[in-house]
Amino acid sequence: MTSIKPTEKLRTRDVIAAAKKNEKFGKIIPHLLLAVTSVTVLATFGIIYTLLKETFIFFQEVKITDFIFGTEWAPFSNADQAFGVLPLITGTLKIAGVALLIGVPFGLACAIFLSEYATPKIKKFIKPIIELLAGIPTIVYGFFALTVVTPWLQSFIPQLKLFNALSAGIVVGIMILPMIISLSEDALSAVPASFREGSYALGSTRFETAIKVVFPAAISGIAASIILAASRAVGETMIVSLAAGSTPVFNMDFTGSIQTMTSYIVQVATGDAGYGTTIYYSIYAVGFMLFLFTFLMNRAALYIKTKFREEY
Amino acid sequence: MTTTLVRPTEDAKLRVMKNENWTKAVYETNGLNLWYGTAHALKNIDLSINEKEVTAIIGPSGCGKSTYLKTLNRMVENVGDVTISGNVTFMGNNILGKAMSVELLRSKVGMVFQKPNPFPKSIYENVAYGPKIHGIRNKAMLDMIVEDSLRKAALWDEVKDRLNKSAYSLSGGQQQRLCIARCLAVDPEVILMDEPTSALDPVSTHKVEELIRTIKNDVTIAIVTHNMQQAARISDRTAFFLNGEIVECDRTSTLFSTPTDERTEDYINGRFG
Repeated sequence: MTSIKPTEKLRTRDVIAAAKKNEKFGKIIPHLLLAVTSVTVLATFGIIYTLLKETFIFFQEVKITDFIFGTEWAPFSNADQAFGVLPLITGTLKIAGVALLIGVPFGLACAIFLSEYATPKIKKFIKPIIELLAGIPTIVYGFFALTVVTPWLQSFIPQLKLFNALSAGIVVGIMILPMIISLSEDALSAVPASFREGSYALGSTRFETAIKVVFPAAISGIAASIILAASRAVGETMIVSLAAGSTPVFNMDFTGSIQTMTSYIVQVATGDAGYGTTIYYSIYAVGFMLFLFTFLMNRAALYIKTKFREEY
Repeated sequence: MTTTLVRPTEDAKLRVMKNENWTKAVYETNGLNLWYGTAHALKNIDLSINEKEVTAIIGPSGCGKSTYLKTLNRMVENVGDVTISGNVTFMGNNILGKAMSVELLRSKVGMVFQKPNPFPKSIYENVAYGPKIHGIRNKAMLDMIVEDSLRKAALWDEVKDRLNKSAYSLSGGQQQRLCIARCLAVDPEVILMDEPTSALDPVSTHKVEELIRTIKNDVTIAIVTHNMQQAARISDRTAFFLNGEIVECDRTSTLFSTPTDERTEDYINGRFG
């Protein structure tokens, strides 16, 4: 700040020039922001470093090919301990598959309704409800799966076990709905109104316009939203820990107990595996695998979003 | 095996729409009033649009000319809170009634917008879009319609080697002609044009005007324009709108040479607006 005031002799431009010279604080700001940003970057590298280091130790004890291609996961067995990750990957994919089967059709239908049909009034009513869905803690979802969805499904699938992939997958599907809806709706709403007008003016119905003009124009954003939701389903922990069981199996059965990568990590982390044991290191290897999955999916979403964006 | 494809010039739908009361005027408007909320945008409009003529609608910004045009294919309803009273008939059919299907009406009445708005699809798919949604599936038929429409829109020679390229690889003027081709592809009775050249450079504007002159043998055109020279060049009849009312409507040559209303004279001489 400066105390110089414009007088008859001193013009405003001189006062501004004088004030500019005194602006020291403004020069520090970029450095401060850079410092804060570096903390974030360092934290990221720190986590990846830890993950890699412990994973490396694990692979000194277990052959990497046995880990990746092994079809038996039996870390707690004293007689024949086995660290084949495929059962955990199968379990994870079962959950993600069921979740997408539920989340994608429902999510896209909701998004199309909100963006193409709903009046502002209806939108104002529905959007907060969807946001409410996004705000429910996953532990509550897990409980819902275990105490509501499973008994309900058992009423017409009698062979369904108490812990099973199906109801956990369905509830994960409900959990990812808000994400698919809101990202897809953003993509649909970003399509210029002039395309819709062009289509209506040719005599198309609202539905034809939505499906044949608006949806294709928004496809990159929609695809990205689905991949991000899939990545979220792969990483989901609480629902599967509560409702999907902890039996690492390598099969295509959706009615029985399974184990996902995340729920294995929970099982070990909350159990009493001693520091430095192979089991202890195995959660880092599984964690790294999980990280690879979600990382690649997020990159794919970003790639699709920028690469396949319609030019208009 | 060779199949001869004949493009239908008059399909069943059209015969349904041709009412006995239909005269030479494609559109008849009587006592049309329109409100946006409480704003009275069109006041007692009486106007006919004659078959195979170009009717120009001129007037200063906000005079209701675009609103009137959008009433003719009922796109005006998409704006929101709109109240309409009065009578508008298209080939003898009341278009404001509940019985009128807007989809059927719009398949007969094309529209070209101020800013070119091709779909983010290929050139071919843009033109084929209309026929496809109205049920034409035959590939050979579609190919023929696409070529025919692009030829009519004077665009065929420029794009015939890149029909599968994105419509957005075209220049603004080409895009606008593509939009006209897209309209022509459903073989409409009328094309409504809402300042179709206001976003184009003079050369592109000239091409679009040439195009209007050739297609008017085939189709009725109503064009809203800010450009009075354009109205004088291409239209057969001109209506002058002011503050939601029609001040004067006459043969273009008459209206521009001997306007009867002082306000028309002032406007066409650039004294206001």
